[in-house]
Amino acid sequence: MKKVKGDTAVSVVCYGFIIIFAVLCLVPLLLVLASSFTSQASLNQMGYRLWPAEFDLAAYRMLFKSGTILPAYGVTIFITVVGTVLSMLVTCACAYAISCKGMQYRGAIAFFIYFTMLFTGGLVPTYLWVTKYLHLSDSLWALILPSLVNAWNLLLMRNFFNGIPDALSESGRIDGANDIVIFFKIILPISLPGIATVGLFYALAYWNEWYKALLYIHTEWKYPLQYLIMMIQKDIQFVQQNAAQAGVQTEGLVPAETVQMATAVVTIGPIVLLYPFLQKYFVQGLTVGSVKG
Amino acid sequence: MYNLTNRRSGEAGADAEPLKFLSGGDFAVKTSTAENKAVMKARKAANKKIKPTLLQDIKRNPWLYVLCLPALVFFVLFAYIPMAGLYIAFVDYRPMKGIWASQFVGLENFKAFFATNNWITVTANTLFLNVLFIAFTTLTSVVIAIMLSEMKNKWVKKITQSVVILPHFMSWTVISMLSVAILASNGIVNQVIQKMGGQGIEFYNTPSVWPAVLVLLRIWQGAGFGSIVYLATITGFDSSIYEAAAVDGASRWQCITRLTLPMLKNTIIMLTIMNVGKIFNGDFGMIYAMVGTNSLLYPTTDVIDTYLFRQMFENPNMGQTAAVGLVQSILGFLFVVLCNKIANKWSPESALF
Repeated sequence: MKKVKGDTAVSVVCYGFIIIFAVLCLVPLLLVLASSFTSQASLNQMGYRLWPAEFDLAAYRMLFKSGTILPAYGVTIFITVVGTVLSMLVTCACAYAISCKGMQYRGAIAFFIYFTMLFTGGLVPTYLWVTKYLHLSDSLWALILPSLVNAWNLLLMRNFFNGIPDALSESGRIDGANDIVIFFKIILPISLPGIATVGLFYALAYWNEWYKALLYIHTEWKYPLQYLIMMIQKDIQFVQQNAAQAGVQTEGLVPAETVQMATAVVTIGPIVLLYPFLQKYFVQGLTVGSVKG
Repeated sequence: MYNLTNRRSGEAGADAEPLKFLSGGDFAVKTSTAENKAVMKARKAANKKIKPTLLQDIKRNPWLYVLCLPALVFFVLFAYIPMAGLYIAFVDYRPMKGIWASQFVGLENFKAFFATNNWITVTANTLFLNVLFIAFTTLTSVVIAIMLSEMKNKWVKKITQSVVILPHFMSWTVISMLSVAILASNGIVNQVIQKMGGQGIEFYNTPSVWPAVLVLLRIWQGAGFGSIVYLATITGFDSSIYEAAAVDGASRWQCITRLTLPMLKNTIIMLTIMNVGKIFNGDFGMIYAMVGTNSLLYPTTDVIDTYLFRQMFENPNMGQTAAVGLVQSILGFLFVVLCNKIANKWSPESALF
């Protein structure tokens, strides 16, 4: 193939743009990481830097001494682990059932589930129902149950199961096993790639959960990590905003910004560390779910 | 797109199979009308046999229905009961009486909301921001996908792709924290502006810059993730077309504009229509996390969802708030259905339903 004029330029632009975009994706993370290892004094003086001007662990010491971060970690891990396991059990069970050709009403059930993606009761009825009737207010279950099953994940999982040959479950039936045994003993073990993808979607959603905490949780030790961050930031914004309106300098008044950054680091840390190993499952799930096949 | 068409065709297949077996192939087509009628009757009877009642089906596959049950209970509890609860929009809600015993007031709650001008601001903001989000993230996603596909170095490609997807996995509360380091008065943007001799911007007091800030954050967070689908589509293109073009002396730029973009057009249109379907849903997670209770920024950032949330805690009249939510749900529903109709016209196999 001969070189055509302009091809090198295209290459340069492509590599240039993508590399710049990738760097821009990382800069905020580095900024936060660097700030969290800076002393509050030098942060006030020099502003946010990509490299700590003065290396200092004070923010982390303060964070772990404050006693709010460890319970928050506990809550987040609890809802992530328990939530993901429950979600996957309920989702996979239903997804498998409606992928079975023998079930006559599977189309109707799929529509029953699908419809919830199109139309929702909205905020007010859901809030009243969960707090006044189900009495889940201020309970950790309020962080799990209202989003236990995600309709999109369920239909995605159903598509995975659709790809499994019927002969497999048929052979189980001939051996006299009922559908529940077939589901656990035959179907689940061979569906691990699908389970990994959808499970990760659920786990990430639980790890990043704060909306339901905002609605339903009122006790500080029950705050998940993401909500704790929000509360810390709210305090700072409140002070800054009032100070700006009154024309007062905020230095010293503001609860340590470095602590705020340290909280962000310990929150996204696990995701960033695990990300290289898990990334392919996310991509796989997205392409399998969207590209027809 | 989301492969829900599978369900329909799968079902049709299941229904057709027993029929074929009963009518014995094509003999039915050539018989006289009388015989035809008989066949029709038999078919009707057969149809009844094919589609058993729900109870019969449960008796036949009890364990499959048991497997379904937890999920169905979930959807009844957390999706369908709240839908029924929308009745609250038509009553003068009193917490002591509950929804069903409160006084029915017809459309009073709707009138009250539309009497104030709030709805114009929040609806306009919702639509305006969503249009900006859709336009800019789609554009950036497509550009990223095309550029990634043009990268020949596998190693660089893999790493940069992983990096641009990463921001999608951060919650908006964390992103809100990251943006403090960027937007605060001593943040990186203001440092750069001041280095160049300009006047710093107090982002958190300046509503006019927020549509731009939100769009940039949205691109940062979602464009890389959005490019996955486009890149998968490009990877699926027949490589012989490109080889033929290269033989004919086409430059790579020509390949991009004359081959990749036109072939990508359908996917772009489909995904855009899907996104337009959700245009009435403000991104509560993003806007509440970024703006929170900073009322200085409401004029440009307050969307239907954040307005509803505030109203629920501030306005004692829950019915009015629910009325707004109901209007939004209905508009959203109609819009999704409409967009799907349009998508169906464009390319039937990729429509949602």
